[in-house]
Amino acid sequence: MSSEVYEKEVLCCEGTGCVAGGSENIYFSFLDEIKSKKLNKRFRISITGCHGLCEMGPIVVIQPEGILYCHTSVEDVPEIIEKTLIKSDLVDHLLYKHPITSEIIPEYKEIPFYKYQKRILLRNCGVINPEDIEEYIRREGYLALKKALLEMTPEQIINEIKNSGLRGRGGAGFPTGLKWEFTKKAKGEPKYIVSNADEGDPGAFMDRSLIEGDPHALLEGMLIAGHAIGAKEGYIYCRAEYPLAIHRLKIAIRQAKDLGLIGENIFGSDFCFNIKIKQGAGAFVCGEETALLASIEGKRGEPKPRPPFPATSGLWGKPTNINNVKSYSYVPQIIINGADWFSSIGTERSKGTMVFALTGKILSTGLVEVPIGISIRELVFDIGGGVLPGKNFKAVQIGGPLGGCLPTEKLDLPIDYEPITEAGAIMGSGGMIVVDEETCMVEFAKYFLQFASDESCGQCVPCRLGGERMLEILTRITNGKGKLEDLKKLEKLSRVMNQGSLCALGQLTPNPVLSTLRYFKDEYIAHIVDKRCPAGECEALITYHIDEKKCTGCTRCFKKCPQNAISGEKKKPHKIDKRLCIKCGVCKDICKFDAVYVM
Amino acid sequence: MVYDGLDMEHSFNMERIIKIIDDMNERNEGLIPILQRLQDELGYLPINILKAISEKMNLPYQQVFGVTTFYSQFRLEPQGENLIQLCDGTACHIKGSKKIIKTIKDKLKIEKGETTEDMKFTFQVVYCIGSCGLSPTGMINKKVIPRLTPGKISTILEELS
Repeated sequence: MSSEVYEKEVLCCEGTGCVAGGSENIYFSFLDEIKSKKLNKRFRISITGCHGLCEMGPIVVIQPEGILYCHTSVEDVPEIIEKTLIKSDLVDHLLYKHPITSEIIPEYKEIPFYKYQKRILLRNCGVINPEDIEEYIRREGYLALKKALLEMTPEQIINEIKNSGLRGRGGAGFPTGLKWEFTKKAKGEPKYIVSNADEGDPGAFMDRSLIEGDPHALLEGMLIAGHAIGAKEGYIYCRAEYPLAIHRLKIAIRQAKDLGLIGENIFGSDFCFNIKIKQGAGAFVCGEETALLASIEGKRGEPKPRPPFPATSGLWGKPTNINNVKSYSYVPQIIINGADWFSSIGTERSKGTMVFALTGKILSTGLVEVPIGISIRELVFDIGGGVLPGKNFKAVQIGGPLGGCLPTEKLDLPIDYEPITEAGAIMGSGGMIVVDEETCMVEFAKYFLQFASDESCGQCVPCRLGGERMLEILTRITNGKGKLEDLKKLEKLSRVMNQGSLCALGQLTPNPVLSTLRYFKDEYIAHIVDKRCPAGECEALITYHIDEKKCTGCTRCFKKCPQNAISGEKKKPHKIDKRLCIKCGVCKDICKFDAVYVM
Repeated sequence: MVYDGLDMEHSFNMERIIKIIDDMNERNEGLIPILQRLQDELGYLPINILKAISEKMNLPYQQVFGVTTFYSQFRLEPQGENLIQLCDGTACHIKGSKKIIKTIKDKLKIEKGETTEDMKFTFQVVYCIGSCGLSPTGMINKKVIPRLTPGKISTILEELS
C-alpha cells in the first residue's frame, strides 16, 4: 500500500546503534498497539536504516511532519500514538533539546546536526525501509541502471564518472573514472567488480550505515560498473562484524534478483551480472585491496606488491575493479543527475560530498555528510556541536588508525585530501575522533600503534619489526621510563617504515606518532623529562586519591574495589592504599560525591 | 576432556561435518566460508576438522592451518559459556574502555583472548562494532550493552557467574 494513503507514518530507526538501544522492540510495540487499536489503515509503521544522530537513539521519526523523537523506549509508544498520531500533538519530553542552548527543535531538518548537511549518499538512510526494494525504486531506484544499459555506451558511462571528478572514497582518493577505464582496457577475461566493505577503522561506521540503510545504492552502482567495464560477476567483501549489514544485503540481492535486476538480460539488454557476498574473518589488513582479493581467493590476507594493480591483475589474476562501498553508491546519482551536478559540489580537486563518522568527546556523535572542503571547525562545532560541556577541544584524529591528530591551530583547514595530508593526517575513509584535555596524546599514539602492530600481516620486516620497536619505545615513555633519544629513534623508525613497507598499513602506521610528535611534543617531553602525564591518563604516572573534604564515608568504593585497596570506617573519609591500587577507576566511577580524583 | 583437538565429551556428528564440507566444496564456496560455517556449527575449529578440510579440499594441511590462524575470527579452542567482547575501538577507547578492560581482566583473572578455567567466560577485545554513539560499549553473548562503566561490567560479571 503506498504511503500517500496513510495519514501519518512512524519510522523506527533500525541501524545497529538504535537496535542496540532496543529499537526493534519499539517497532514491534508500535505494530502491536496499532493493530490492537485497529488503527492500521490510518497509520503506517515502518523501519529505516541509520539516521546518523546515534547519540540520540533510539530514534523515531513521524512523517509527513518530520518530527524527531529521541531516546525513545517501549514505554513511550502509547503516548506517541495517542498524542502525535491521533491528536497531531507533540510529546515534549522526547523532542530534541540542544545540549548547550537548550532549544527544543521538533523538526529534524532544523536541528543543526542535519541542517548543514548535504545528504546525497545518505539520501535514503533514515527515510526508506532498506528491506523493501519498492521503496528504493519509488525514489529513482534503478533508473540510473536502466539509463546506463539502454541509453549509454560503456565509454559514455566511464566518461561521465571521469567528468564528475569522483575520487575513490576508500581513503586513497584515486579518480574512480580513471580506475574503471584502466580495468576496461586491461586484457583478460573474465573481469570482476569487487566492493570493499571491510570497514576496519575503529570509530568508522559510514559504510555499515550506508549498507544497512540503503543497500540497493551499492548494488545498482556495482551493476553500472559491471556494464561499463565488461564484467559479469561482482563480489561484496563485508566484514563479519557487521551481521546486520550482511543480512540486509542478502535480502536486497534476493529482491533485486526476483525483479530481474540482477541476473540474466537485465532490462532486456545483453547484460548479465551476478553479485555474491564474501564475509571477512577479522583482519584489518584485508581492507587493503590486494589482501582483500587474496582473502576472497581463500588465502591469508597478505598484500602483494603493486604494480601490477588489480585493474590489470586482480582476482585470480584477472582484471578487477575494486572500489569502496561509498564510491559505487554515488554512481546512480551521478548517472541520473549528471557529472556537472556532482562536480559543482566540493573543491577544485575533490568533487562531491564526504561522509564522516563523528565520535569521541563530541556532543553529537553520529554520521554526517557534507560537501568536501568545509572546514574542520564547521564540522566539529557547527554540525557536531563541539565538545562536551566543561571540556576543551584538544585535537581531532582524522583517517583512522593510520591517520593523524590535528590540533586547534588546524581547525580552519578545509577537509580535502591534499590539505589534510600536508597537515600530517589522511582523509581515510571518513573517521573523525574528537579528543579533549583528558586524552593523553602519547597514550593515544601508542593505542593506534598497538592496533596497527597487532594487525600487521607479518610479511615485510619494516612493518613487522618496526611497529613492535616503536611500540616498545612508546610503552616505556608512557611508563615513565622514556629517554630523550627515544624521540629520534621514533622518527628514524617512522622513516624506515614509511619508505620500506610493502603496503599502506606499514607505510602509514607511524602517522599517529609523527603527527602527535609534530603538534604535541610538549606532552612527550613531560612524560620523558618530568615523568608526568599532563592529561592524567597514563597509569604509571598518575595516582588515585580521595578528597577528604568531599568523602562522606558511604563505603560504596570500599565495597567495589577489586583489590581491597580502600580502607575507612563508615561515615568517615576513606583512603586509597597506593601500593594496592591498580587504577581501574571503579571507585571514581561509582562515587556519587565526586570525591575521587586523579593526579 | 580434549583429545588431539577433538572434544570427546561433546562429540559431534563427523558424517554431517564431512557432508557440509563436500556440499560447500562442490559449490566452490572457498576455504574461508567453509571454515566460517563449521565454526558456526561447532563453536570452534578442532584440529581434526582442519585435517578433514585439507583432505576434502585437496589443500596442504599447513595452508589450511595458516589461513585459520591468520584470521582473528577463528578459534582453535572451545569457547566459554559466556562470550564477553569488549570494544576497544577509537571512540570507545577515548571514552574509557581501558578501565573496563582492566576491570574484566582483574575480575576474571584472564588475559584477552583467553577462557576462564571453569569455562564460564571467554574474554575478547574487539575493534569497533559500529555502535560508537553508545561508547564505551561491548557485546555480551552477542548482545550490545550500551554505555558501559567499570561498575556496570563488574555487576554484570557477578550476575553471570
